[in-house]
Order: sequence, then C-alpha cells, then structure tokens
Amino acid sequence: MTNFADYKNIWVYAEQRNGKLMNVALELIGEACRLAGEIGEGTEVCTLLVGNDIEDLAQECFDYGADKAYMIEDPLLEKYNTDGYTKVIVDAVREHKPSIILLGATHIGRDLAPRVAARLDTGLTADCTHLNISVKHYIEYAEANTTLNTSTIDSEDPDKGLKMTRPAFGGNLMATIVCKNTRPQMSTVRPGVMDKREKVEGSKGKIVNLKPVLSKDDLRVEILKVVKSAKELVSLTDAEIICSGGRGLGDATGFELIREFADTVGGVVGSSRAAVDAGWIDHSHQVGQTGTTVKPKIYFACGISGAIQHLAGMQTSDIIIAINKDSECPMMKLADYAIEGDLNKVIPEIISLWDAE
Amino acid sequence: MNIIVCVKQVPDTTEIRINPETGTLIRDGVPSILNPDDANALEEALKIKDKDPESKITVITMGPPQAKEMLQECLAMGADDGILLSDRALGGSDTWATSNAMAAGIKKIGNYDIIFSGRQAIDGDTAQVGPQIAEKLDIPQVTYVADYENTKEGIVVKRALEDGYEILKLQTPCLLTAIKELNEPRYMSIRGILRAAKQEIKVWGADDIGVDKTVVGLKASPTNVFRSFTPKPKGAGVSIDGDTPREKAEHLMHGLKEKHII
Repeated sequence: MTNFADYKNIWVYAEQRNGKLMNVALELIGEACRLAGEIGEGTEVCTLLVGNDIEDLAQECFDYGADKAYMIEDPLLEKYNTDGYTKVIVDAVREHKPSIILLGATHIGRDLAPRVAARLDTGLTADCTHLNISVKHYIEYAEANTTLNTSTIDSEDPDKGLKMTRPAFGGNLMATIVCKNTRPQMSTVRPGVMDKREKVEGSKGKIVNLKPVLSKDDLRVEILKVVKSAKELVSLTDAEIICSGGRGLGDATGFELIREFADTVGGVVGSSRAAVDAGWIDHSHQVGQTGTTVKPKIYFACGISGAIQHLAGMQTSDIIIAINKDSECPMMKLADYAIEGDLNKVIPEIISLWDAE
Repeated sequence: MNIIVCVKQVPDTTEIRINPETGTLIRDGVPSILNPDDANALEEALKIKDKDPESKITVITMGPPQAKEMLQECLAMGADDGILLSDRALGGSDTWATSNAMAAGIKKIGNYDIIFSGRQAIDGDTAQVGPQIAEKLDIPQVTYVADYENTKEGIVVKRALEDGYEILKLQTPCLLTAIKELNEPRYMSIRGILRAAKQEIKVWGADDIGVDKTVVGLKASPTNVFRSFTPKPKGAGVSIDGDTPREKAEHLMHGLKEKHII
C-alpha cells in the first residue's frame, strides 16, 4: 500500500520543443500555484524539464510561479521520444514522490502520460478542463457551471485529493474523476483552459539537476525527421478556431477574405452547404450534418443564416460568433456574440485588431 | 505478418442529445458503432493483408456481449479472427485496468508483429488505452500515426504533431495508434458478410486470459468517477452594438478578452 504521507508537492511537466516552452506548461504552473495554495502545508510547485541544453528554461518557469525546477538533461533526450522520456520521468517520480503530476494534453503529453502512469501503476485522467482540491471550491465551481446537484456533497469534507473534471461523449457529459488509492495523481490538461500567472522577472527558484540513467538501447524508436508545417495536418475536427463562410459572402471571392481571416486568427476555413453547392469552395470545408461535425473553441459564422443541418454540425462549439446582415436569422439567435452588419466591412476590422494583439 | 487490431464499440456520440428538462443524456435509440479511429486501425491492417495475403488479422475488444456484432462487422471487412473479452470481473475498468486485461488477452493470442489501435474512442476521448497496452506488453509505441510503410530497415511511420509531423522508424513488435488521416476505411463486402456470418467469435473471460483479478475491474481501477453531470445549458448570447464596423469589432475583441476566450 502506498504511504500517502511520502507524496508531496505538485509537479508540472514543462513540455519544450526545440528549447522553447509550450504555452500550456506556463498555464499549468499557474494552475499548480492555485492548487498548491488550496493544499497548503508548504506544498511546492515544481517543474520537470526534460531535454538537452535547456537550463535557461528553468528561470522562465520561476518567473511564472514555479518554486523548483527538476532538470533532466541528456543528448539522448534532445528530441521527445516515448521510451527515453518515460524512463527518466518514472525514475524521477519514484525518487522524489510528487503527489500530483500535471501534463499538457498535447500530442506529446498524451503519448507520454499514459505510458508513465501505466509504469507507475497509478491513475491518469485525460484532457481535464477543470481541477480542484478543496471540496468547497469544487461545489462552487459545480454550482456556477453545471447541472450537478451538489446537496449530496459535504462542503466541510477535508479531503485534499485532486478532483479532475473533464468532458466526455463529445462534450455532452462532464465527469469528475478522483484517484483515491494510488499516488501520484496524474492528469493531462487541455491547452488554453488554465490561466498563466503574471510574469515576475528574476523570480527565485531552486534548480535540482537529476542524473538520467539512460542508454541508446533504451530508445526503441528512431527519429528520422521532424518537420514543422502548421498547415498540412490541420483539419476541421481538430481546429481550435474555424472561420466559416456562407451564402452571405456573395461570391467565390468572398472566401479570399475568409481565408485571410482564418490565417490571421490561426484558424481553419469552413463553409456552409450553400457555399459548396454554389461552387465557391470545396466540399472538404463543409460543416454540418452532411459535412464535418466540429467543436472548436471559437466558431466564426460569416454570412451563414444557420440552416438546421449546419447548426447540427457546429452548435456545440465553445463560442459562436455570427456576423450577418439579418439579425433575426437562426445563427444570430444561436450565437454567443452576434454582430449585425456587412461582413466585408466588419471582418477587415477584426483582422486589423487581432493583428495588433 | 501477424497483426492484432484493438477496437471498441461506442455509442455514436453525434447522435446523443441532452434532455433539456432533466439535463441528462438521451441514449435510447443511439446506435452503437465501431469507433471511427479503430476503423482506420483495421483498415491499415487490411491494407497490409492486401499486399501480403499470408498476413493474419485478429481483432480484439473488451466489452459486453453485444460487442460481438461489431466484431462480426470487422470480420466482414476482412479480418480473420474476432475475440471478445467479456466478463463481469472486467466491468467498470478504467484505462489502466482495461490495458491490463487487453494485454493479457493479446498475450494469449501471442506471436504478433504489429498491434494497431485507434488513437482514441469517441465516448471517453482519453487516448490512453493504446499506450498503456504497449507499456504492459513492454513494446514500443507510436501514437497519432498518419502514414505507415514497411521497409527493409523496419517500419517507418509519420506521426502527426500539432505543428507538423515526425518521421519515425521502429522494429516489430510494436503498437501503433491510428488517426483518420492514415487511410479511408473500406466497407464490408457481401462476400465478407456471408463469410463472417458463418464464423464464430471467441469469447474469453478473465480466467481464460489468466489475468490477475486484482488488476482488472472497477475495484482495481486507480481512477473512479466522483460525479458526472451535464454542462449548464447555453445562456442567451449578446448582440454586439456599435455605430461603425470598427466599433463593433472593438466591442467584440473586448468581450472576448474579458471572458478569457483570447
């Protein structure tokens, strides 16, 4: 049986690629600081930095709130590889016994975390969007954001286990997961949902260098090439932002504006069926019942009135922003933000403001 | 080549609706389907068999007895064998416990070169069972596989990243998780359906696979559901006002920033 008293502190796996920290690492440090405050008892926020020649990243972690940085550096860890990273992280966890480990739910985090959790024989909760320690705060969160009946939860419960909330069934259902009997408690967290702390330059922290025990034979997958190309693999289903155009664009050239819009906001171009049927854009861009079902963080509906088949394919988007001349159309009614106006005038203004950010 | 494909029967989440009065999921009449990413996993195995007809494809799943239907479908698409792990002792397993059971089942099948699975299932979206099976079998893994090639020097795959991709090489045995960019899954053929109808799906219980019962099922699972619920229904939206397009755009940006959306 695991002795829980041996397990202290919160670790954040600070994912870096090419010597640059991923944004989600800083978001998780911010979240870990909040959780550490709820736990109290001198809980420290520690980042785990794995790579090669990445010493300078520790200061960045301190500036965003970390108390300590565990550094694991080795030429064999230069680029992410499942076998090497799993081994050194598991070794570090066994030695230093964190109570909680948070990782970003990136393609790398979701490759690494299950492997680490399975080797440690502990629980892992995927793709969390909300975390709590205190039961009282959990109840407050649930009452503000969910339909959960909280009357059966005791707000005085002193439990300090991590409550990990995540969407399931395509976002139709939420579940809060706990890991009662094993340590560490592990969670991958969706990028973009937690808040970074304000950067305080020159913040002090402690660097702890860990010596990895790793040989070339441990690495069973060889990296032949790493290619950076934002565009190629971006698809509507994975897109965080979608800029969709419909009949209101007027003609095929309208999609030039939509494309510029999408490029500016880092999104993908979508369309309504009407625009596809008119021959303005390829079917592969179509959102809706006969096209692709999407659930981005932000869905811009530009000149789309909102036929029921289109709505069926995008209505679970986190935020819907509609731009349309007709304030009475279904899309404007559904939207979180409805802008009545000429999209040819409004979109260029949004582009210029977004650019300025 | 001996290939094992791990699949899961899932409710078609695009058909799930929420009862606005009770805030609960309406699951009645929602069809059960072969998990989409798993269809890509099976397709890649079938493509290998197209080239090398000596290859044998075994499809394995864990679930209730009705998951047999999905395995029949996989056979109708061209798989050789179907195995269902089904036992009350396995019920309520989280990803760790599921991977213990699946790894035990795969060990019983034995003698495999490649294990394919889908990246993730659309009901839980965890993407954890594939890598955890690989860990329990102590074999290398590649997740998010978008392209596959068998070369003289080994298996070469393209792994999708958010900002690009990697080309990786590894040796068998290994586990690969498929994403939809990998291929276009085929349909069942009439001949396949007729052949599958005559075939028996093997059903294995916990004792058959010799798994330690303290590492499977609800009680053994390190993670448990504390509560489940539906999100609050969406409130009414706001209409962005402003006298000029510029003002409207400014008000929008302000609103998005205030709510931490950007």
